[in-house]
Amino acid sequence: MSEVVHVEHSNDGAVKEIWKVTGILTVLTLVELALGFYMMKLTNNKAILGIKGTIVILMMVKAFYIVGYFMHLRHELKNLIMTVVVPLLLFVWFIIAFLYEGNSYKNLRNTYDPYKKAQTEIKVEKKEVNHGAEKHKAVE
Amino acid sequence: MSTTTVALPAKLWNGGKSPFNVEYGKLMMWYFLMSDAFTFGAFLISYGTIRFSSNGWPNPNEVFQSFPGLGSGLPLMFVSLMTFILIISSVTMVLAVHAGHNMDKKGVVTNLIFTIIGGAAFLSCQAWEWTHLHAEGAWWGLNPFMNADGTQSSTNFTNYFFTITGFHGFHVLSGVIINIVMLIMTLTDQFEKRGHYLMIEKAGLYWHFVDLVWVFVFTCFYLI
Repeated sequence: MSEVVHVEHSNDGAVKEIWKVTGILTVLTLVELALGFYMMKLTNNKAILGIKGTIVILMMVKAFYIVGYFMHLRHELKNLIMTVVVPLLLFVWFIIAFLYEGNSYKNLRNTYDPYKKAQTEIKVEKKEVNHGAEKHKAVE
Repeated sequence: MSTTTVALPAKLWNGGKSPFNVEYGKLMMWYFLMSDAFTFGAFLISYGTIRFSSNGWPNPNEVFQSFPGLGSGLPLMFVSLMTFILIISSVTMVLAVHAGHNMDKKGVVTNLIFTIIGGAAFLSCQAWEWTHLHAEGAWWGLNPFMNADGTQSSTNFTNYFFTITGFHGFHVLSGVIINIVMLIMTLTDQFEKRGHYLMIEKAGLYWHFVDLVWVFVFTCFYLI
């Protein structure tokens, strides 16, 4: 272990950075929640899709701050960063390929399996799910 | 570290310098977390694939809308609380790691205790949510909620929800246990004797990873 040279980070700077990142993560989460609440009122599918996309981007930004600062990866040697991050690039293919595949399966089935399609179009009666099912009887 | 060198042909690398300037254990923790990221990634992508291949899907704001003591009709509220608990416990963990760098035993102990409390609080929240959903009739193989467009839903939604949040909750549980072990080791001066608190750093990496996964789970299940 003696070979591991500890890069000295200045004390004040490190603590300040922790609180700064905490602030950023909190704000990002609040923005995500605000978008989530806003989305509930929308009916336009395009707008909903846009907001969902924004939320996904914000999620990636949060992930960057957690990995980069809380897990300290940004301050490691470049070789270490690369050995962790480069394999994760597989996810780019992984996500695109599988979501495309799922969507294509849906389209194929809707085209060639009309029985299945009709089945998924039957409206059911709104079952009243008992949300206050437990002892904590709601303030109804 | 004592040099227990395995007899290697002279030309091959025989140690002596750490290529990434981190200790072995920390490097291996990074590699473990990378593999764990693929496990969670596979789960979430599988969920996405099934969701993309379905004609209808339940609306999370209708499913998750209860808050203990406040009743129902409050979408996103409880899960926001859980998210903030995890973020705060992640912050106290960084502070513990930081205190460890300064050989500040008291700081490590205080912040580790806060982190453990945060983890336990998160697990309690999850236990409540699971109990509540179970009481509503949701479980593996049972889905009482209908799709957002009013059609009959399949059990895919609940199967994925319980599997993925359960797998994440199990990680949180392991993290809490690891942190408790770290706390005991700190209190018994194990790290003082070693002369460094690098073990806390490794536990910290794991804990932040758990927080990171929650960011993804939270987004995929509750927000979009």
